[in-house]
Amino acid sequence: MRVHLDAEKCQGHNRCYALAPELFDVDDYGQAVLIGDGDVPDGLEDKARLAASNCPEYAISITD
Amino acid sequence: MTDTVENKQTAPEPIIGPSPEGTELWEREPYDAEDYGEVADYRTDFDHAWPGYNPNAPEVWKELRESGCPVAHTDRYGGMWAPITHDTVHEVAYDTDNFTSRSVVVSTLRPGELSLPAPIGVAPPISSDPPFHGVARRLLLPPFAPKKIAPWEPEVHALCQRLLDQMGDIEPGETVVDAALQYAQHIPVNIIGRMLGFPEEDEDLFREFVHNTLERINQDPRERQVDDEKRLDLYIERQVQDHIENPRDDLTSYLLEAEIDGNKLQPEHVTGSIILLLIAGIDTTWSAIGSSLWHLAQNPDDLDRLVNEPELMDFAIEEFLRAYAPVTMARLVAKDNDFHGCPMKKDDWVLLPFPAANRDPKQFEDSDKFVIDREENRHAAFGLGIHRCLGSNLARLELRVAVQEFIARFPKFELAGDTRWSVGQIRGPRELPVRILETA
Repeated sequence: MRVHLDAEKCQGHNRCYALAPELFDVDDYGQAVLIGDGDVPDGLEDKARLAASNCPEYAISITD
Repeated sequence: MTDTVENKQTAPEPIIGPSPEGTELWEREPYDAEDYGEVADYRTDFDHAWPGYNPNAPEVWKELRESGCPVAHTDRYGGMWAPITHDTVHEVAYDTDNFTSRSVVVSTLRPGELSLPAPIGVAPPISSDPPFHGVARRLLLPPFAPKKIAPWEPEVHALCQRLLDQMGDIEPGETVVDAALQYAQHIPVNIIGRMLGFPEEDEDLFREFVHNTLERINQDPRERQVDDEKRLDLYIERQVQDHIENPRDDLTSYLLEAEIDGNKLQPEHVTGSIILLLIAGIDTTWSAIGSSLWHLAQNPDDLDRLVNEPELMDFAIEEFLRAYAPVTMARLVAKDNDFHGCPMKKDDWVLLPFPAANRDPKQFEDSDKFVIDREENRHAAFGLGIHRCLGSNLARLELRVAVQEFIARFPKFELAGDTRWSVGQIRGPRELPVRILETA
């Protein structure tokens, strides 16, 4: 599973960082940044889905 | 004693006419709120400041949706539209070409071009449009980023505990406390005042400023003028001057030291941003805390689950924010446009009721039901698009800690009388009597 972040769409709601801090960090401006290259480690698939389905701006997507 | 009449600030007479250029305040025709009585049909006479609206807002939105009316209208305020579906609210929020943020609080008068120091607006960045908006916003983002807000958590816990202690001896089954007046309203004002570096004893003044700005919108601004000592602009000028003389580690000094392209901010930018932080930070979060406790007071099953399953808290907080979002924003139409068949004219008001969008069944399953562990929750409580609430991380922290501390102290409580709701764009309980049934 891979997780993708569209930085143009991110408005800094920080839901992903709250729900999946293993996959997302935030910068000094509160904008989301991916940790690593987007490969979701085993066991974190649910957190990745949770982050994607709680982004109000639809900035996060998931591919298999 | 002072003569309040002589001490009043003299506001300019508004210009009457169709969208005059180069004016301060204007209105299309002389406006008298008393010409408008009770709202009979929200489709054609929508009024968010009608006292019956906030207590019954979810029913109003449901009726509008079910009657096939995604965008309501009214002649009040010189002409206002109210999109109420998620799609239409989303569309207006994203369309900064057709809708300007020059004024985000609906009023009987409209701000003309001279009333705002362009491109700053009265309270940047909320009142700014692109491209200046991005510059002003970028300045304010760092102090409100998650890692800068998290260290305030122990302070919020201590404040909430102090407020609960101040309620005195509690006799379970007997004692009634006002969860809005004795608790919710004190939390955000204390924290934002301290972040700005303003004296804690001025909290009552801040609340009065907010009331003036947000709840008295049906009064002519000329009649809303207040004594000099209660004027927000003069108060902030004094605080800013004090910070210029005695810089310290707080938000006011941060703004005074901030630069855009190597230049310090213009004085009206600094004071405008402080006004924004004070007003936006106070009764919004107070409303969210109050509504959440209002819900728990009437839903003992949800209260029990939250007490016994603390791991639900983060989901519950988002669901409180979805179901009881406090903030409706507004825009002015920037140019004539056809919005889904609605002939919008330049300078019409457009409400942005994010709370209504959050109840849209097309966007949320069981949208009128409070689901404490709702896992998919893309709610719009903090807005959508470039004006997403800057203070959302602080608001979430305050809301979560306020609920945690209240239910830790009072694991059972119920409504004990009439709830009084706010009037206007910020929706929440202003009086919330609850009877404490059990103490920890």
